[in-house]
Amino acid sequence: MAKPKLKQHHINRDWCKGCGICVELCPKKVLALDEQDKVTVVRPQDCICCRLCELRCPDFAIEVETQE
Amino acid sequence: MGKTPKFVQGNEACVEAALYAGLNFFAGYPITPSTEIAEHLSVRLPQLGGKFIQMEDEIASLCAIIGASLTGCKVMTATSGPGFSLMQEALGYAIMAEIPCVIVNVQRGGPSTGIPTHVAQGDVNQARWGTHGDHAIIVLTASNHQDVFAMTVEAFNLAETYRTPVILLFDEVVGHMREKLVLPEPGDLPLVERLHTSVKEGVDYHPYLPREDGRLPMSDFGGVHRYNVTGLVHDMWGFPSTDPKVVHGLLRHLVDKIENRAGILAHYREHQLEDAEVVMISYGSSARSALHVVEDRRRRGERLGLLELQTLWPFPHELVRRKCAQAKAVVVVEMNMGQIMQAVKLSVPQPERVFLANRIDGNFITPADIMNILRIIQGKGV
Amino acid sequence: MAVKDYLRERFLPHLWCPGCGHGEVLGGLVRAIEQLGLSKNEIVMVSGIGCSSRISGYVDFHTLHTIHGRALAFATGVKIARPELKLIVPMGDGDALAIGGNHFIHAARRNLDMTALVMNNRIYGMTGGQFSPLSGEDVSATTAPYKTIDRGFDVVELAKAAGATFVARSTTFHVQQMTDIIAKAIRHKGFSVVEVLSQCPTYFGRKNKIGDAADMITWFKDHTTPIGSKAKQEDPGLIERGIFVEKQEPEYCEEYEKVVARAKGRRS
Repeated sequence: MAKPKLKQHHINRDWCKGCGICVELCPKKVLALDEQDKVTVVRPQDCICCRLCELRCPDFAIEVETQE
Repeated sequence: MGKTPKFVQGNEACVEAALYAGLNFFAGYPITPSTEIAEHLSVRLPQLGGKFIQMEDEIASLCAIIGASLTGCKVMTATSGPGFSLMQEALGYAIMAEIPCVIVNVQRGGPSTGIPTHVAQGDVNQARWGTHGDHAIIVLTASNHQDVFAMTVEAFNLAETYRTPVILLFDEVVGHMREKLVLPEPGDLPLVERLHTSVKEGVDYHPYLPREDGRLPMSDFGGVHRYNVTGLVHDMWGFPSTDPKVVHGLLRHLVDKIENRAGILAHYREHQLEDAEVVMISYGSSARSALHVVEDRRRRGERLGLLELQTLWPFPHELVRRKCAQAKAVVVVEMNMGQIMQAVKLSVPQPERVFLANRIDGNFITPADIMNILRIIQGKGV
Repeated sequence: MAVKDYLRERFLPHLWCPGCGHGEVLGGLVRAIEQLGLSKNEIVMVSGIGCSSRISGYVDFHTLHTIHGRALAFATGVKIARPELKLIVPMGDGDALAIGGNHFIHAARRNLDMTALVMNNRIYGMTGGQFSPLSGEDVSATTAPYKTIDRGFDVVELAKAAGATFVARSTTFHVQQMTDIIAKAIRHKGFSVVEVLSQCPTYFGRKNKIGDAADMITWFKDHTTPIGSKAKQEDPGLIERGIFVEKQEPEYCEEYEKVVARAKGRRS
């Protein structure tokens, strides 16, 4: 099976509470919190689409969209 | 086909009536003197394809029937004082979430474990105010098995009509005494069935929005309307709210739907009240002795009458005021320290003319007991 | 259906604190239900009182938010009345095992077909951080300023002893395993118990100086191990996760049908 390739991270800033779980537990350090304490994508090129940020986000604020 | 009389305990009359009313789910926990209700239903419900479950305690029993009611079942539990105490939180939940259910309390002596195999009527105020917060409640009782039957059917009807728990407050004497019961035929007594919403799938359904006639149509769990049920103050969809308008509106609705109907909810029997100088007010098994006294003293020309209350709450203040208007004395006969007497005093213009004829020693109050007290009240000495 | 189709999105963002593990459990639960392809109309979620219990407000099922500790008793009534419905009962640790402990063991004993989900963050969050029967010893809480002396329950052992026919444990670190286990628990015929170790960074984390939400989740990674692992043999202090019990026993609603058959037989 081919590795999934990132299309886009969808961030719902209204739902993000800035807990930092996704930032700290991302294996490739793709995400960061911005000055408003909302998650933002800083290194999309490193994303391996493991979706752990999406699955561990307590607030349904991240969705990882991959290319078909 | 003639109606065959049965010779049964009051607890069994209650069971027959509940089944007549359509009971199909019972959960309970053994406790004297109500246990026969669970025992009889453990025989009868499975025969009819209904559900009977013995739970781990009385709290769970009431919770289970509330859950079952939400699926569309007609539900009941039965207990006595200590179990009724345990049920108070879930009772408040059923009031708040407006879930039809019937709770039987066959009273015994209290407080605490009290005197389990003896009679008392000490839970009258607990039935009214046992659960916390402002609320209204319907409490029915009866003094004989035919009325136990009628009031039990009525309890189910009122629970469905007003989406509320209804308490049947019987006592040990009525529960355990055996006497004649003539079972009504199907159709003899009117039955109120669950009012289901006519709102179609995909259309917004409001489980807590009363219709023009005040009734709130329900939708069974498992059906096409998915909504929320909570003990928190909630909006018309059933979702929590702290909006002062919603809070105020809900509390007023919960109380008004019952208190404003105290008149039509008032069930009672009266015996020779027309010209009565002494009006006795009683209910449950103690009304049997009071009636005996009325019949006995009338034969001697004394103008005694009896108002037997079958609806204890909401208290029928207007009825009591009217029936006692001509009375020189009002004597409340009950087996507690005057719980209904207090309500009667609030109903009449001259509360100093309201007296108590009671017995609180675990023994049934006899006609002789009442006569002795009447003599004192009437200044005739013992 | 997408995961969000199972949520009442109008109530999001939810009321849980930033980093609360309960949101992760909610995610795992709806993903499990999505995997199973269940219809929203066939699911009844019954919850109690506490932070955990608010989960029922966010899912688009038939939802019954009840009173503290009694969720399983309410669920018992729903299930016996309508055995075809899927019952999911999320509870907090205090909710399920302190005030609700009696209902917990008796629901397990009956082997009713339903799923009890214990969202264990070892603290009463809604009331501000008091210790629970799952806090265990040597824990700081607002009612344990000198640290707890109370021993904690082991939910898995308790559920096993009480007769649950599916018993599992996972954590909010192991989200894929958690989702997979919840799906298996829902599919299981009989009483299933899933304990999910969940983080309360606001009270448990702060009081016990474990760090932020990510640190607490990492603690779950470092202090748990698959059932029967070599690591467990070397370090008995590790908490095992996985499926401990999965067996078929007579289910209560099905057994009740036998009672009905016997009753009808005796009468005729």
